Amino acid sequence: MSTIQAPRSGNSRIALQYRRTSGSKGNFEMLAWLFMRLSGVVLVVLIFGHLFVNLMVGQGIHAIDFGFVAGKWADPFWQFWDLAMLWLAFLHGTNGVRTIINDYAEKTATRRALKTLLYAATVVVVILGTLVIFTFDPCPVLNGQLMDGSPSFCPAP
Amino acid sequence: MPTKPAGTLYRGREGMWSWVGHRITGVVIFFFLLVHVLDTSLVRVSPEVYTSVIGAYKNPLMAIGETGLVAAILFHAFNGLRVIAIDFWKKGAKYQRQMLWAVLIIWVVVFGAFAIRHLSLALGGH
Repeated sequence: MSTIQAPRSGNSRIALQYRRTSGSKGNFEMLAWLFMRLSGVVLVVLIFGHLFVNLMVGQGIHAIDFGFVAGKWADPFWQFWDLAMLWLAFLHGTNGVRTIINDYAEKTATRRALKTLLYAATVVVVILGTLVIFTFDPCPVLNGQLMDGSPSFCPAP
Repeated sequence: MPTKPAGTLYRGREGMWSWVGHRITGVVIFFFLLVHVLDTSLVRVSPEVYTSVIGAYKNPLMAIGETGLVAAILFHAFNGLRVIAIDFWKKGAKYQRQMLWAVLIIWVVVFGAFAIRHLSLALGGH
């Protein structure tokens, strides 16, 4: 039977001789564990709702275009639905991938590099997504004219 | 001389395989999520660019991929609720095996319904 390695996530509950890094993380790992369960329940509701409204109703995927997004984000309800989904899904997913990196990347330098890449990608995508939801313009104008493909409800500028 | 350890309740059985499935589906969903935020962000470039890129999701090959993605999401969701029950319900650990079978049965029903509806919309003539 092969030896089971010590966890590489946090030090607080790992005996001194098995610690791979110094310093204490407090109860971060417990809070992360709790967050996965709480966000998981909320994400089931948010993502099932998202899939049902976007893919199951009416014409399903054929209805999705710029005007479809404009119609949804005209309502603050869907803006906050999508915002909550974006943040919770990324925090949940990033923590999951962090756990997987800790489990399989044995070298400290490899773990550090992969987690830096992971966190950078998460920060960029979450900020980008948040800005897109709140700066969305349903009737974008370029050089004094409505951009091609704008929804038919847009008034002439 | 230590004797060979007996088989465990976990290794190679339902508990382990559901954990493997949870990890794999989780990673798949995470990478799709990265792409999905980027494609949605094209609404800030122009209506034409967004509509043409999102149009790529409407071809039959992508419809198969979307169906696979939803299969992964549904497993991750139902098995995640099972993990929560194992952790917080007093009898959760005792019934983890039965709960996995419940997860798989619910998964077949919900995934079947989704696949029929989505594939008939996506592959149907338009």
